[in-house]
Amino acid sequence: MVDIVLPGQAGSAGETRRRSSLKRTMQRKSTVAFLMALPLVLLISLLVLYPALYSLYLATLNKSMQRFIGFGNFAFLFKRETFWMVVRQSCIFALTAVLFKALIGFVVAHFVHNIPAKGQRKWRGMLLVPWVIPPAMSTLAWLWLFDPSYSAFNWILAIFRVGPIPWTGDANWARFSVILVNVWIGAPFFMIMYLAALKSVPEQLYEAAAIDGANWWQRIWYVTLPMMRNIIAITALFSLIVTFANFDIVRILTQGGPIDKTHVFATWAFWLGIQGGDIPLGASVSLFMVPILATAAIFILRDITRRGNEA
Amino acid sequence: MATADASIGARRKYPPKYGSISRDRRWALRWSYVFLVLFAIFFLMPPIYMLITSLKTSAEISAESNPWWVYHPTLANYIELLSSSQYLGYFRNSAIVSVFVVTTTMLISVPAAFALSRMKFWGSATLATGIFLTYLIPETLLFLPLFKMFALFNQWTGIQLINRWWVLLFLYPTLTVPFCTWIMIGYFASIPKELDEAALIDGAGWLQTLTKIFIPVALPGLIAATIFAFTVSWAQFLYPLAFTTSSEQLVLPVGIITSLIKGDVFNWGQIMTGALLGAAPPLIIYAFLMDYYIAGLTAGATKG
Amino acid sequence: MAEVRLRRVVKTFDAVEAVRGIDLDIADHEFVVLVGPSGCGKSTTLRMIAGLEDITDGDIMIGGDIVNDVPPKDRDIAMVFQNYALYPHMTVSQNMSFGLRLKRYPRAEIKKRVDEAARILDIKELLDRKPKQLSGGQRQRVAMGRAIVRNPKVFLFDEPLSNLDAKLRVQMRTEIKKVHQQVRTTTIYVTHDQVEAMTLADRVVVMNHGTIEQVGTPQQLYHSPRTRFVAGFIGSPAMNFIPCRIEAADGGLSVRLTDALAFPVPDARAERYRDCTQNGALLLGLRPEHITDAHANLAPGEIPFDANLEVTEPMGMETLVYFPLNGTQVCGRVNPNAGARDGSPLRMAANLNNMHLIDATSGRVI
Repeated sequence: MVDIVLPGQAGSAGETRRRSSLKRTMQRKSTVAFLMALPLVLLISLLVLYPALYSLYLATLNKSMQRFIGFGNFAFLFKRETFWMVVRQSCIFALTAVLFKALIGFVVAHFVHNIPAKGQRKWRGMLLVPWVIPPAMSTLAWLWLFDPSYSAFNWILAIFRVGPIPWTGDANWARFSVILVNVWIGAPFFMIMYLAALKSVPEQLYEAAAIDGANWWQRIWYVTLPMMRNIIAITALFSLIVTFANFDIVRILTQGGPIDKTHVFATWAFWLGIQGGDIPLGASVSLFMVPILATAAIFILRDITRRGNEA
Repeated sequence: MATADASIGARRKYPPKYGSISRDRRWALRWSYVFLVLFAIFFLMPPIYMLITSLKTSAEISAESNPWWVYHPTLANYIELLSSSQYLGYFRNSAIVSVFVVTTTMLISVPAAFALSRMKFWGSATLATGIFLTYLIPETLLFLPLFKMFALFNQWTGIQLINRWWVLLFLYPTLTVPFCTWIMIGYFASIPKELDEAALIDGAGWLQTLTKIFIPVALPGLIAATIFAFTVSWAQFLYPLAFTTSSEQLVLPVGIITSLIKGDVFNWGQIMTGALLGAAPPLIIYAFLMDYYIAGLTAGATKG
Repeated sequence: MAEVRLRRVVKTFDAVEAVRGIDLDIADHEFVVLVGPSGCGKSTTLRMIAGLEDITDGDIMIGGDIVNDVPPKDRDIAMVFQNYALYPHMTVSQNMSFGLRLKRYPRAEIKKRVDEAARILDIKELLDRKPKQLSGGQRQRVAMGRAIVRNPKVFLFDEPLSNLDAKLRVQMRTEIKKVHQQVRTTTIYVTHDQVEAMTLADRVVVMNHGTIEQVGTPQQLYHSPRTRFVAGFIGSPAMNFIPCRIEAADGGLSVRLTDALAFPVPDARAERYRDCTQNGALLLGLRPEHITDAHANLAPGEIPFDANLEVTEPMGMETLVYFPLNGTQVCGRVNPNAGARDGSPLRMAANLNNMHLIDATSGRVI
């Protein structure tokens, strides 16, 4: 905590008495600091906070946005079976995808950590590629790989006499495909995070465990996982939020189909709001993401502050 | 006597395994490489397939031949796209938007991060947490109210915001600024406080301290944040999809999807080429500045 | 003129009083060391003089001007930090010239000053290197160079040697003293190491809990400490404090330590302690260097006695011995050939000419 006198306040040398605290507070570095942070505050307030609150208001209007209908939109949604399907799909996608991303990320991070340091950079570079490519582009590649007539995967499966799989045509396969693409894009991020965390676990802990007689599985369970607990939790929660609100993959891969079986909150809100022209209804759908996002955010915050106190 | 017996017995139970540790390691190493190769195939296969497809003619694509091999490679797709003014228009729009957004982002983030990490003022801690929290408000929640807000703005002022690519210049920073600020706060915080004080005694004001000391010292962080901002801007899909519709306003991700898919006919050769070229800038930056890229990612979570 | 004066300076952090109204006069060209344990307020005082901390109350004057509200850069001071605080992205010469460049000094002048400072500190070959290429001692010298170059009224040192290893510390101590002899700027030096204080200072300021315990030359503090704290702080190994009573004996006074052991007080000191016979809580202060092994020609005032040694620490040029006396562990310094061994008795001599008598309740040296 440094209270530094601002330059330009040199005052007359003859002044000897106490400083007048109010005047100095006004001219303090606080004002300069506040000005520096102002653009950020304005940007966020105007284009993030305000629209977020505005959506609350919008959700209470009717389709043409003339009348106030209170919870009418919500009541309407609750009665629609599609809505509940969307809820279920969004949750299942998010949880499954994050689970697999974390698992694959963890496993791959271990393998990369095992190989000598010189090679690690090369492998790390290769394995991060899915994250670097814009998701919209890579989803197009997967769309092509899943094409009903020309799927390259089905071509390989045909060699083993396994029937062509309707990757995007059948509801359950479509759901699988969406999760697969999501995992493909996101797992490298987990790998990088976990790799960094793995490197921070002191080697001596493993040596002590080995002396105590632990095999590789026990070392992971008793040394690695506890030391990485914070990173694992924070990355997973981060990813949960981002995956839950994901738009690009479903939109490009399945457009929400077949028969709305792969819609998530984001894509369904887009469908209703922009393509269907009913903005209030779309806003209501979007708002349903908030409780779950807020819960995850609270956990993240708690974890970060706890980690901050530990550090 | 007992000890001698014990040691003989011990020797029989555990024959000397000189280098047993290294044999263990070698075994683990081999399996690591096996799995790494498998995962590498999994992760790299789609982009490679994009490349393969982009080199094929339409005829070959629709033929029954092996999709994983190019029999008659051709650059026709590339030539067509790179000479298509429409496609180049997408590229140009994306480039302009990204460059502008990166500049704006850094101009907003860096001073804000400096103020928040160094100049403790009333509410700075809450503001820092608040910024982090807003990063968690997804654009999929905001795009609809923003749509309506723009329509209203048009009613009040007559300025059309919908279907104008430059609107993205205002919207993208909401996605980049919070995280970039977060990254910079982390880097600035790691600069020892004595450096500020030394600069203060040497006679530097706040702005001079920022430009002459903090920015040079935290340069890796700046590069990482810049790369992050660029990558996010380039890859944006939802906002441009919602807010731009006519062809000359589109940026690359949206342009490829809407224009190359005409009706039911998918020109996959061109689509894959377009997608690959669209993925090229981030990939190239990544190839050259990989360490900064990764540092930017990990900075957010581990630097806290 | 570059004298520094502190008048009733107070510093409060939230509810904690770190500095409780100190008065101090530092003359021009003087090398003053502020010394004391962690948390005594010495660093806070230094930072207030530097302008890095606001003054809650009181006045600080540098060169006759009150500088309470003057920002650091206008106080004409230079500071050397514990962690050197060198700008990592600048070369050594850029580091040293940074302040001058900010003030827009002409290039020729800057070069002259940097070269001069580099000559004094013997870092000429390092001028183009970056801090990360330098060793700890070199970095510290660069930090000093940065201070010298500005030609300030006052040098401020904030525990500059704490980050160096023991051997380097001794070396740098001498360097700092030599620099002060060449560049005779007023210096205020903060440390927790009393050895540094004793070896470097013209005068030492011993601080404790935000107040000044005593100000004096190293010799004054060593021979005439005024409080128990100062007596125990200065000198290593520390002074022994043994509970005792003063009683009248043989026409003079004697110090009774145990039922079996009493030392006669030398006449020169008896006058001072005449009124202490009623005082119950007294401590005998005797430095280990004044408790030695008994040898043939004992001078008056050196009283022999027997001690049962518990631990001995052979240091090469002397042996430290530890033995119990009246419930406290006492340390003595004996000749290495005196035959001191763990657990065996030794005939020792206590030189009471250097004794101190301390009131245990007030902590004052009588």
